[in-house]
Amino acid sequence: MTMRFGNPDRPNSYIGKTVPRPNAGRLVQGRGRYVDDIVLPRMVHVVFVRSPYAHAKIKGIDASEALAVKGVLRVFTGADIATVCTPWVGVLAHLKGLKSPPEYAIAVDRAAWVGEPVAAVVASTRLAAEEAAALVDVDYDPLPEVTDMMTALDDATPVLHPDMGDNLAFERTHVEGDIDAAFASAHKVIEAHFKTGRHTGVTLEPRSILVDWNPGEGHMTAWHATQAPHMVQVVLAEHLGMPESRVRVICGDVGGSYGIKVHIYPDEVATAAIAKIMARPVKFIADRLESFTTDIHARDHEIWGRIAVAEDGEILAFDIDDWTAIGAYSVYPRTSAIEGNQVVNLCGGPYDFKNYRAKTTVVFQNKTPTSQYRAVGHPIAVTVTEGLVDMAAAALDMDPVAIRHRNLFADDAYPATSPAKMRFEGLSHHASLTKLVDLMDYDALRADQAAAKARGVVRGIGIASFIELTNPSPMMYGIGGARISAQDGCTVRMDPDGSIVAASSVTEQGQGTEAMLSQIVAEGVGVLPTQVRIVTGDTQSTPYGGGTWASRGAGIGGEAALQAAKALRNAILEVAGAMLQCPPDTLDIRDGAVVNMSDGADRMPLSELGRIVYFRGDTLPKGLPRELVQTRHYTPADYPFAFTNGVQASYVEVDTDTGHVKLLKHWCVEDCGRVINPQLVDEQIRGGIVQGLGAALFEELHYDAEGQLLNGSMADYLVPMAGEMPDMIIAHVETPTLESELGAKGAGEAGTAGAAAAVMNAINDALRPFGGEVTAMPFTPERVLRGLGKLQD
Amino acid sequence: MKASVGGYARATDLRHALDLLAQSDGMGRVLAGGQSLIAAMNMRLSTGDLLVDINQIAALKGVTLDGDRLRIGALTRHAEVATDPLIARHAPLLRRATDLIAHAAIRNRGTIGGAIAHADPAAEFPACALALDATIHVDGPDGPRDIPAADFFEGLFETTIQDGEILTAISLPIAEDGEWQVIHELARRSGDYALAGLCVVRRKAGHRIVCISVGSHPELVPDAMARMDAGDIDGAVVALRAAIDPPSDTQASAAYRRHLIGVLLQRAAADLNGEPQ
Ligand SMILES: Cc1cc2nc3c(=O)[nH]c(=O)nc-3n(C[C@H](O)[C@H](O)[C@H](O)COP(=O)(O)OP(=O)(O)OC[C@H]3O[C@@H](n4cnc5c(N)ncnc54)[C@H](O)[C@@H]3O)c2cc1C
Repeated sequence: MTMRFGNPDRPNSYIGKTVPRPNAGRLVQGRGRYVDDIVLPRMVHVVFVRSPYAHAKIKGIDASEALAVKGVLRVFTGADIATVCTPWVGVLAHLKGLKSPPEYAIAVDRAAWVGEPVAAVVASTRLAAEEAAALVDVDYDPLPEVTDMMTALDDATPVLHPDMGDNLAFERTHVEGDIDAAFASAHKVIEAHFKTGRHTGVTLEPRSILVDWNPGEGHMTAWHATQAPHMVQVVLAEHLGMPESRVRVICGDVGGSYGIKVHIYPDEVATAAIAKIMARPVKFIADRLESFTTDIHARDHEIWGRIAVAEDGEILAFDIDDWTAIGAYSVYPRTSAIEGNQVVNLCGGPYDFKNYRAKTTVVFQNKTPTSQYRAVGHPIAVTVTEGLVDMAAAALDMDPVAIRHRNLFADDAYPATSPAKMRFEGLSHHASLTKLVDLMDYDALRADQAAAKARGVVRGIGIASFIELTNPSPMMYGIGGARISAQDGCTVRMDPDGSIVAASSVTEQGQGTEAMLSQIVAEGVGVLPTQVRIVTGDTQSTPYGGGTWASRGAGIGGEAALQAAKALRNAILEVAGAMLQCPPDTLDIRDGAVVNMSDGADRMPLSELGRIVYFRGDTLPKGLPRELVQTRHYTPADYPFAFTNGVQASYVEVDTDTGHVKLLKHWCVEDCGRVINPQLVDEQIRGGIVQGLGAALFEELHYDAEGQLLNGSMADYLVPMAGEMPDMIIAHVETPTLESELGAKGAGEAGTAGAAAAVMNAINDALRPFGGEVTAMPFTPERVLRGLGKLQD
Repeated sequence: MKASVGGYARATDLRHALDLLAQSDGMGRVLAGGQSLIAAMNMRLSTGDLLVDINQIAALKGVTLDGDRLRIGALTRHAEVATDPLIARHAPLLRRATDLIAHAAIRNRGTIGGAIAHADPAAEFPACALALDATIHVDGPDGPRDIPAADFFEGLFETTIQDGEILTAISLPIAEDGEWQVIHELARRSGDYALAGLCVVRRKAGHRIVCISVGSHPELVPDAMARMDAGDIDGAVVALRAAIDPPSDTQASAAYRRHLIGVLLQRAAADLNGEPQ
């Protein structure tokens, strides 16, 4: 049976509706079960001694005082851990030229960033371990540090990893068309220099892992706050020398991830190694303070961009020179080159233009490693692209909406390929922009802006179009040799009482995966969502799959769930047909009962069918299949990625005496294909916008020249908070992907992709009459004032 | 991180609290709202403290009017300062300051005595206390002392409170007829410590100006006050910018703070020229 999503009155019509989240009641009642809630017999705690130097040789470690602390059991050095755990190298074959040296779980003879683990203290309590960790005496010999991105490749700069030859981790240039001719013939060329502040994803639950090694069975179990349990299984097996089948990774409730929890962290692998050595459960819960120097960082980019436009506003060319510094190692196994690579892939993304050159230069430095954080690379590409487009509009005296309509890919242009060679199946840039303009009542807002100006109040409107990469195929990681699955599976089974259990390989990080799966399965089988229980996050009891990242859970995991549910429906109807003596295709399942397809008349509740199949199977024909468990898998294959699109707008008020920016309102129209659960999608967009607004106004990790993090606490690293958040108006255009029956693309990162650029454009719209401009995020009051030229020294 | 606490005792009255401090060998620490102290302990900036919890001491609570002076018990929570009718009437500056201090949960616990004893240069109440010409009342092994706010704040987190002493209350002259009390600041997020701020009190005797977040401790700014007395606002802005030596940090440079403080004084002056309050 094909799904009739277009008909809202169809039976079991849960896809497209806001249904309650099955785990919400449990979580709000405090019954969540996070890693730190799990206590095992004989469990011990590990705390890491971390390098206070950005770069130093470790000459010796004296743990005698630490070992004397009551409750302390062992102290491990890097060499101790290396006896059971091999180092890893964060490269991927398809990122040609990417290099990174072997990284150990605990630094062996050299620490390369402030926060790198140099020893581990294991004790019966976290308190004792912390007290002892402060007493471990490490003899360091400081080495010259590399901290400045733009001079990292200079001859005078020391080489961080001498074996690598230089500080260049990765470099890629993409050229399309005739860039020089385009710039030479352009009516106007606009150049600008942008910076996106180094920041991090601040999760409510810090990184957490509890590992138990059972030598009797040769089996390891890791309870882990992770986005990708199967990837972690592979890594622990490989580096600790166990067959994958002997490692089980369980991921219960997770308190936010945002990409932070999709990577392999040295301290987490060390925890597993210690569990193996000590043969007892070991728990590591990152402290909020150590999280600032050890969770991955992101977005540390400087970009020089140029745009060439014709007199009528046609975009002729973009020329992008992107630099990023990624810390001392490329993060394993997804690498630290993806972000820069994405900038090359995504700049100019919404626009139909011909000439493109983009280069990314990725360098090593002695800081915390950077890697994928929500909307990887997108906010950078959107900031540069949309910043340049607005500057071009201003130079041409064109309205920002008009220049976008002039250049966005036409809504009937698909399939289309961008100059960066990204393939688009179907996007809706113009429909989205039109909807946005209606939603914000653009003309009225311009009138309000003018009226405010007359009162001496300075306001600005900013718009940012974007594309978002979702539903990645094996072209993202698998092609590069990483055992990171791009496919997902779902097993759906009917139990005797007619209820359904669905086990899926996508994971729940708090974003609502289980709600999404429950409604898809409910519709696919024909039961109520409350009759569906969802199982996720266990390598032993779910099908194999990728997990949660790159906005893939609903699009990929959802399709697998839909196909498994439909297969179960067919299996149920085959049994029902035999029991009711009629062809299965004359029957349907609605609200948990078998009914006539034609008139919907009740024939038999599923519980009755379950009773017969499971307890009186003798009464069914002997050869009748009665497989009330069905599994399906799904891998995107037609396109490397299912691109989505959208457009955001921001309305701000700028205090031109203090530089303070007030967010008045924010809008987003986006197209994630089929919307499965409107409320969940809207909240994903809102949450994503909040993180983008954090990038625009608040979040920045500051280092000094010696590589010391200066603001590593919640008091000094400013995350966006409710008080500053504007109302956000969210709407959708739906262009389902034709690759899957479900038609869903990802929605998890769109908010983050465009929010900061919209705010930047709004601020610049406000500053332009004063001759001011800002391009370095976050836009602190001081930067805005300097952008206005009101502060010289 | 896990706090490392030396011990904890709940004092039943002031005498008991003073005895506990006296017996603590210099490790005693008064625990009031805990909104600064517990955070410091959780970051292990302070370890081994013998906590003396003063929260049950009735004598440290309450706001009373005594002739032309208002007395505010050390344990008065920020949230109580925000709603107390006597404070609203006689020391409106303190009420206004509570809008700028932290978030509701913190205001429910934090105490005015704790804020003043803690003497954070970025905190509002110490600056208000000096701007209002308050007297700080302490009690200790050598008996009670009354310290003018002008002599109380000595440096970064430093006051003239001695080991073993407890701040019991502050008292201040009630606002005169036609007195002005204004506070202006700018913080990056609501509830954050300000990048810079200032309190201006205008009395018959003249203006009193105290800044927030631009020096090591609250101080009066006589030059700027004299310019204000003379009605020379631009001159006051220049004098104020010259008088301060603000810090540079990851939120803002000294140059920005110096600029900002002038803008805030202009805004305060604009308020002073509005309707009496
Ligand atoms: C997130 C956050 C944001 C904040 N933002 C602001 C802000 O914007 N503005 C602001 O002003 N404050 C802010 N605060 C601080 C808050 O106002 C504190 O509560 C206050 O500064 C200290 O008061 P307390 O009662 O909590 O003192 P405690 O934390 O209990 O004590 C602080 C110090 O004072 C000593 N002490 C306390 N009471 C006495 C006493 N009676 N006698 C002698 N010594 C005493 C303690 O021994 C300790 O050394 C913030 C706090 C937090 C956690």
